[in-house]
Amino acid sequence: MRICIVGCGAVGSLFAANLAQLDDVEVWAYDASREHVDAINARGLRLTGAGEVVGRLRATTDAHELPPCDFGIVATKAMHTEAAIRAAAHAFRGGSVATVQNGLGNEETLAGHVERVIRGTTFPAGKILEPGHVQWDVKGDTTLGPYEPQPAPVEAIERLADACTRGGMPTNAVHDARGPQWRKVIFNASTNPIGALTGLTHGRVCERPDLRALVSGLVDEGKAVAAAQGIVLDADPEELIDHAARPEVAYGHKASMLQDVEARRATEVDYLNGGIVRFGLEHRVPTPLNEAIWALVKGVEESWQQ
Amino acid sequence: MTRVCIAGVGVIGSLLAGHLGQVAEVTVLTRRSEHARALNDQGLRVTGRSSHTARVTAAVDPAELPEPELVIVACKGTDLETVAMRLEGHWSDATVMTIQNGLGAEEPIAARGDWPLLSAVTFMSGTRHSDTHVEYILDTATWIGPYRDTTPADARRVADLIVSAGLKAEAFDDLRPAQWSKLIFNATVNAVAALTGLPHDFHFAEGPLGDLVHALVDEGKATARAAAVELREDPWEMNVLATRRGHAHYPSMLEDVEAKRPTEIELITGALVREAERLGVPVPLHTALYRLVKAKEASYSE
Repeated sequence: MRICIVGCGAVGSLFAANLAQLDDVEVWAYDASREHVDAINARGLRLTGAGEVVGRLRATTDAHELPPCDFGIVATKAMHTEAAIRAAAHAFRGGSVATVQNGLGNEETLAGHVERVIRGTTFPAGKILEPGHVQWDVKGDTTLGPYEPQPAPVEAIERLADACTRGGMPTNAVHDARGPQWRKVIFNASTNPIGALTGLTHGRVCERPDLRALVSGLVDEGKAVAAAQGIVLDADPEELIDHAARPEVAYGHKASMLQDVEARRATEVDYLNGGIVRFGLEHRVPTPLNEAIWALVKGVEESWQQ
Repeated sequence: MTRVCIAGVGVIGSLLAGHLGQVAEVTVLTRRSEHARALNDQGLRVTGRSSHTARVTAAVDPAELPEPELVIVACKGTDLETVAMRLEGHWSDATVMTIQNGLGAEEPIAARGDWPLLSAVTFMSGTRHSDTHVEYILDTATWIGPYRDTTPADARRVADLIVSAGLKAEAFDDLRPAQWSKLIFNATVNAVAALTGLPHDFHFAEGPLGDLVHALVDEGKATARAAAVELREDPWEMNVLATRRGHAHYPSMLEDVEAKRPTEIELITGALVREAERLGVPVPLHTALYRLVKAKEASYSE
């Protein structure tokens, strides 16, 4: 089985290095960073932290070099999906492509370029320490299921989930993967931008009752949009938010969007709050708070152009 | 010659003192003694749209200043309580006028003395280059009305004095229509600027941020209607007009959060949200912005 990781950042590297442990899987990585690709080809891809792994794989910055693959796992930041899959689509003519990205709308983008799409959500996290070396911060589950309008065959989804699980990334193949996806999207859309706009860590956002109430307002809108589509969340985002606020979990964690804003990098707000607003419009569910937060974070991004 | 005391000399106080110094005997109440010393030594220089240097008498303690006929409280909203406490027990014959953004600036002053009160809002703006130098940038008007134990004629006299000093001013029998127009404008523009880092430019009048600004203005208008205030100007039109002036204004609340200073959010958005709550008008977007700006202030200590 040949699998190509499209976008070999922190999360993509967790999949790449772990899958490369399997004898029956040949792993390729397509990534835009020349340094990272060169380091992977020279010394392998190393994970440290929650697990110690060195994966041997082929990495390239040139999508033309990719051979035909059975599977793609797309792990770019959401705003790079379109460019990445446009370049790499030829490798997946006979295969299926899964997204393990944040946010809403990635499946739609992939479906514009490849035939069989797998909806996915993943919870493991890490960060790139140096080219070829990634810190594995958190282990967690991945869920894969069909992208309903252009699904990959059930059998293919199960094969990919099995490979990921055997490689050390526990993965479930399900009939409807929207529940975990929306749970994660609602969690992120309701907390990340609040951290980004205020500069507060997750725990400090949650311990201000007025701000926690704003978070709940955002969660309620997300839940209403999910419910209007018949999506059953696999867990209550409110409980996950409170759980993450505990000192031993993620009290002091700066949301990735706050880190993006501090580094003046484009955020994923279009795919989080923007995604909830778009689906809300489509299903006639009002989402005024998500719309407001979306506009404010876009305003922050605009302010860097001044 | 009229004797006027300017209490609080940030941008607006400095602009008032520098101009009124041409037509009145101006004293200045400062927060810092170095500031008072510098003003006594060098006077107050105005550049930009007008150029003057005014001689002023400045002090930190009102007891060191001669009794004025008019006190203009021009400190930041966050300093109102402190200034009110210092004025308490002084100058019982003077009329006191507040000129802060938002709503309710009169109240802390009213609680500390029986002075007749005028209230004002101002649209002029400038940049403070030093304790003794202010640049006059936007020559927009100051609006004045009676508040307690004053008449429209009192408001007109003060407006005339300000106009004679080369600034723009207008008196109203009832300031609330003007004050609420500005309240809604400031609650919207200042909070959005503070949260996004954007100066008041075209982003506020178009696209997604323009939609948000419009929705915020609508919440404010609904609150004004419930308070039976007929707005003097449409805050959305004020917004659009202001973004077309050619140069982008940095709202004070944006400067405050960039410098990690306390903002005037309580007196502006906070006042609007409390009024809306009292009147039973839902203002979820202003409530969200209020909470976000309060939280941003809390993050200064991170």
